Amino acid sequence: MATSEAALHSPAGAHGHEGTYSGGIWSWITTVDHKRIGILYGLTALMFFVLGGIEALVIRLQLHGPNAGIVSPQVYNQLFTMHGTTMIFLALMPLGAAFFNFVVPLQIGARDVAFPRLNAFSYWTFLFGGLFLYSSWFWQAPDAGWFGYANLTSTQFSPGPGVDFWFLGLQLLGLSSLVAALNFAITILNLRAPGMKLMRMPLFTWMTLVTSFLMILAFPAITVGLVLLMFDRFFDAGFYNVAVGGDVVLWQHLFWIFGHPEVYILILPAMGIVSEIIPTFSQKPLFGYPVVVYSGVLIGFIGFGVWAHHMFAVGMGPIANSVFSATTMIIAIPTGVKIFNWLATMWGGKIRPKAPFLFAFGFIIMFIIGGLSGVMHASPPADLQQTDSYFVVAHFHYVLFGGSVFGLFGGIYYWYPKITGKMMSETLGKWHFWLMIIAFNITFFPMHFLGLQGMPRRTYTYESGLGFHDMNLVATAGSFLLGVSFLIFFWNFFRSLKTGQKAGENPWNAATLEWAIPSPPPHYNFDTLPTVRSRDPLWAEDGYEKPPADEEPEMPAGSGWPIVVSAGLLVLAIAAITGHLWMVGVGVLIVFVGVYGWSFQPVYR
Amino acid sequence: MIPGTIRLDSPRASLYRGACLNPPEGDPSAARITTGRMPSKKATWRRGSWLVLGLVLVVGLAGCTGVLPQSSLHPVSDFGQRIDDLFRRIFWFAVGVFVIVEGLLLYAVFRFRDRGGEGRPEPVHGNTRLEIAWTLAPAIILVLIAVPTMKTIFIVDNPAPASSNPLQINVIGHQWWWEFEYPEQGIVTADELHVPVGRTVQLNLTSKDVIHSFWIPRIGGKRDVVPGHTNILWFTVDSAGEYPGQCAEFCGEEHALMRTLAIAQDSATFWAWVDSVKGPAREPTDSLALEGKQLVVNGICISCHTIRGTQAQGIVGPDLTHVGSRQTLAATILENTPENMFLWITKNDSIKPGNKMKIPQLPAEQVRKMVAYLQSLK
Amino acid sequence: MSQGDTAALEHHYTTTGLPSRKMLMWAFIGSECMFFGSLITTYLVYHGRNLQGPYPADLLSVPFISVTTFVLLMSSLMMVLALSAVQRGQKKWTRVFLFLTPFLGMIFLGGQVIEFTHFAESGLSLSRNLFGSTFFVLTGFHGAHVTVGVIWLLTLWVQSLRGKLGSEHSLSVEIAGLYWHFVDVVWVVLFTVIYLMQGVKT
Repeated sequence: MATSEAALHSPAGAHGHEGTYSGGIWSWITTVDHKRIGILYGLTALMFFVLGGIEALVIRLQLHGPNAGIVSPQVYNQLFTMHGTTMIFLALMPLGAAFFNFVVPLQIGARDVAFPRLNAFSYWTFLFGGLFLYSSWFWQAPDAGWFGYANLTSTQFSPGPGVDFWFLGLQLLGLSSLVAALNFAITILNLRAPGMKLMRMPLFTWMTLVTSFLMILAFPAITVGLVLLMFDRFFDAGFYNVAVGGDVVLWQHLFWIFGHPEVYILILPAMGIVSEIIPTFSQKPLFGYPVVVYSGVLIGFIGFGVWAHHMFAVGMGPIANSVFSATTMIIAIPTGVKIFNWLATMWGGKIRPKAPFLFAFGFIIMFIIGGLSGVMHASPPADLQQTDSYFVVAHFHYVLFGGSVFGLFGGIYYWYPKITGKMMSETLGKWHFWLMIIAFNITFFPMHFLGLQGMPRRTYTYESGLGFHDMNLVATAGSFLLGVSFLIFFWNFFRSLKTGQKAGENPWNAATLEWAIPSPPPHYNFDTLPTVRSRDPLWAEDGYEKPPADEEPEMPAGSGWPIVVSAGLLVLAIAAITGHLWMVGVGVLIVFVGVYGWSFQPVYR
Repeated sequence: MIPGTIRLDSPRASLYRGACLNPPEGDPSAARITTGRMPSKKATWRRGSWLVLGLVLVVGLAGCTGVLPQSSLHPVSDFGQRIDDLFRRIFWFAVGVFVIVEGLLLYAVFRFRDRGGEGRPEPVHGNTRLEIAWTLAPAIILVLIAVPTMKTIFIVDNPAPASSNPLQINVIGHQWWWEFEYPEQGIVTADELHVPVGRTVQLNLTSKDVIHSFWIPRIGGKRDVVPGHTNILWFTVDSAGEYPGQCAEFCGEEHALMRTLAIAQDSATFWAWVDSVKGPAREPTDSLALEGKQLVVNGICISCHTIRGTQAQGIVGPDLTHVGSRQTLAATILENTPENMFLWITKNDSIKPGNKMKIPQLPAEQVRKMVAYLQSLK
Repeated sequence: MSQGDTAALEHHYTTTGLPSRKMLMWAFIGSECMFFGSLITTYLVYHGRNLQGPYPADLLSVPFISVTTFVLLMSSLMMVLALSAVQRGQKKWTRVFLFLTPFLGMIFLGGQVIEFTHFAESGLSLSRNLFGSTFFVLTGFHGAHVTVGVIWLLTLWVQSLRGKLGSEHSLSVEIAGLYWHFVDVVWVVLFTVIYLMQGVKT
C-alpha cells in the first residue's frame, strides 16, 4: 500500500521551491550541494560549448572554399586544437557531470553525494582548468591537435607556451574528472536508499557508475603520458626524443589507452539519458533492462581493449592490427544490442513525441550512422583509406554530436523542469530539434564523401580541382544553420526561467525517484529516505514508500576550502607556464593550507 | 476570442483558405481556423521525414561525381583494389543494417504514437529469444567482415612478397615535403614519385622530424611515416597516370600543403626517366644559366640543397640535381615554371607561411639568373 | 525509531556497510595502480635501449637498496602495529608506532636522496639517456608518494600527541594505512623491476 502521496506532502517537503537556489555569491562559492554544483557544471559547460562552437564556425568559414585565407595556418591549427579540446573536456564531459551531479543522488534516493566538498573541488578545478586553457588565446594557443602527437609536441617542433597551456590545462581537468569519478562511484555504490538494489537502479545511474570506473582507470594513462611530455618539455628528458632512443609511438599508446575509454565516457551518459527518456515517453518500462545494463558494463570493459584501432596506420604489424580489429568489431555487438532494446521499448508503446523524446530518438538515428561508419573503420585495411581523412571526422561527429550532444540536450529538456521548476517551451524545443537535426546532417554527412574523395583532416585549406569545394561549402552552410538552432535553444532556455509554465513534480509522468519530489527539489532532496521496491518506483503498485518526517534533515554545511585548494592548483599551473619558481612555492603553500583546513573542518556544522 | 484563431466569417479568413479547421471546445457550430500554431503532430512527422529524406538524397547524389584526383573509390593498384573490395563489402552490409534498423525505428515511432485514450500500454520487460537473436545476427555479420579483413591484413601489413621482386623506394618525410630515394638506381629526388606500371613497388617510409603519413588515395591506403621507425607500403599500379596525394598526419603549420604526386609510367618511359635523373647535374650552356650556377653554388642555397656534381651538398632541403625536369615545385603546390620558381625563391613565406626555407631577400636580377640555371637542370 | 536515531543512521548509513571514505581510498588506489602501471610499462619498454651510459648495471646497487627496501617494509609493519594500537585504544603505543612509521619512511627517503645524488654525480640525468629519464621519473614519483604519506602520518602522530586519536578515529588511521601499504607494495614492484630484473647491460 503506497504511502507515497501522504509522505511527500509533509511540512518539510512543502518548502521545495524556496531556499533551493537562494543566497548570494558567497553561498554559491562555498556550496557543497550537488544540485547547485550540477547547475554550475551545466552553465559553465554550455558557455564552453558556445566557445567551441564559435571556433568550429571559424574553421568552417576558412574551409568554405579553396585557399580562403580567412585565418592564417597557425591560427587555423590553434582553432581545431582548441575546438576539439573544448568540446571533449570543457563541454561534453562537464555537461555529463552536470547530470551526474544533479540527477544521480535523486535517482538513488540520497541526500547528496558521498563527498560533497570533494564534489565542489571537482567543479572549481574544472572551471580554473578551462579558464587557464582559454587564457592561452591571449598569449599562444596550443596548435598540435587535441591529441597532441609526439614528437610534434616537443619543444623542438612546438616552441613557445602553446603546448604547455594544453598539457597543464589537461592535467587540471584530468584531476577534476578523476576526483569526480571517485565521488560518483562511491556515491552510487554506497548511498543508495534501502531497497535500491543495483539491478533496480535507473539506467542513467548505471551508466554513470560504469563511466566513473572508466574515468578512474583511464585517466591515469593520459596523466602519465602528459607527465612524460612535461618532463621532455621542461627538463629535456628523452621519453619522446628519437635522438636518445625514445619512441614517439609510446605517446600514442598512452594517449589512446585513455582516449578510447574516453569516448565511451562521452557516450555512455548520453545512452543512459536515452534509456530514461525512451521508456518515459513510450509509457513502457525499458525492454531488456538487465541486458542494457550488462551491455553498458561490457562496453566499458571491452573499451579498454580496443585503443590501438586509432593506430592502424602506424605500422604495428599484422598481428596487433588483427587483434584490435577483432576487439573493435566485438564491441559493436553490445552497442547494437542497446539500440535494439530501445526499439523494443518503443514497440507497442504510447509514444508522445515531446522535445526530450525527439532528441533521444535523434540520438538513436544519428548514432546508428556513426556506429556503422565505425564498423567500417574497424577493418584495418579499409581504415587505411579512412583514417586521418574527413571520413573519420564524419564518423566521430555523428557519434559525439549526433550521439552525445543530442542525448545530453535531450537530458536538458527532460530534467529542466525538475531543476528549475519551470517547463521549457515545447514549440521552441521542436524548432530547435528539427533545425538542429537537419543542419547537423547537412554539415556532417558530406564529410563522408569528402573523406572518401581523399580530403585529409586537420588541413587549413585544400586545392581547387580536387573536387572538395562543393561539399565543403554545403558543410559550411550547415554549420551556420546549426549555430542558429542553438540560438533558438538558448532563447528558450533563458526565457523559460522567467516565463515558463510551472512544472509539477512529475510533468512527464516518469517512473524514477527524482520525479517524486518537488521541482526544484528542496535543499535536502528527500525529507526521509524512501524504501524502494521496484525498478520503476513511480509506476509500480507499491513501488516505494517513505516514512513521514517532521523536521528538516541536517545537511553538510558549505565550505570555502575546496575553492582554495583549486586556486592553489591554478597557481601551480601558472607558475609552471611562467617559469617562476617562487610561485610554485606559493601554490604549494595554498594547496597545503587548503587541504589542512579542509581535513580539520567537520562536515556538519 | 480564443487567441490564435479567427472566425470563418471574418474578412481575414479568406487568407487562410485550406488551413486546418479546429472547432473549439464546447462550441462545435462556431468553426474557426487556427492560425499561427504548429500543425498537427502527424503532419509534423510527415513533413519532417520528407524533408530529411530529400536532403539525404540531394547530399547523397552529390557524392556521385566523376573520378576525382584523390578518390579512394577508384583504385589503380592491387593494394587499392583489395581495400576497395573490403570496403564495398562492409559498406553494403552497413547499408542493409541501416535500412532495416532505421526503417524499424521510423516505423515504430509512427505506428506506436500516442493516439489519446486512457491507461498505459502493456509493459513488456524482455524476451530472451529476441535478445539472443539480435546478439547473434550482428555477430554473424561481423564474422563475415572479419574473415576477409584478417586475410587482407596479412597481405597489406607485411612486406611485399620476395617473388614479386619489388622496386625499392625510400620515402623520407620532412616538414613539409617528401623526399624519394631509389637506392638501387642511385636517384635522390623530391615531391614527385615516379613508379613503373605493372611492377611491384615497395616504399620504405621514415621521417626526419615529426610523424607524417604518406597517402595517395588512388593507389591505396596510407601509412604513417614515423621518426625512428621504418614502415612499409607496397603496391603494383595497373594503369599509367598522375595521382596526387597529401600528407595525412598532422605535422605542423604547413601540413595542408605537404603534397605529392605519383607519376605512374609504362616501363620504357619509367626507365628512361631513371636514366635521365640518375647522373649528376647537367652543365648549363647559355650564359644566363652559367651566371646563375655561380650564384647558386656559391650562395646560400648550398647550405640546404644538394646539386650532385657541384659543391652544393646540403641535406636539409630537397635535392635539386634535376629540378628542372619536375612538373611541380614546393611539395607540388606550384607548377614548375620560371615565374613560380622566382616567386618561391623570393616570396615563399607568403605562399607557404612558416616553411623552413628562410633566406634573405635576394636581388631580383640574381634570382632570375639562379632560376635560369635551376630550370636548366633537366 | 526516533528522528535523532534516524539522523545518526542516515549520517552513517551505507548500502554496502563499508565506510565511504575507505571505499574512496580503495578506488583511488585502483587509479594509482594504473598510474604506476603506465610508468612501469614505460620503464620496461625503454629498458636496454640506451644509446649511451651510464647504464643501469654501472649504477644500481642492489645491496644498498635492499637495505632501504627492508626499512620501508618495516615501516609497513609499524603501520600495522599503529592501527592495532589505535583500535585497542592504546594511546601510548599509538603515539610510538605512528611516529616510527613515518620515521622509517624518512630513512627510506634519505636512502633515495643518497642514491639520486650518487647517480647524478656519476653523470646520470633526465636528459642523459632513457635510463636517466625513466629511472628518475618512476622512482621520483614513488618518492613523492612516500613524502605525502610521511606528511600525512606525521599529522596523525601530532593528533595522537594532542590526545585526539581515540579508538573512534581508527578509520582515519586505517585509511592512511591502506595508502601507506599501497606505496610499499609499489616499491616492492619497483625494486623487482628496476633492481632485480636488470637483464641486458645497455
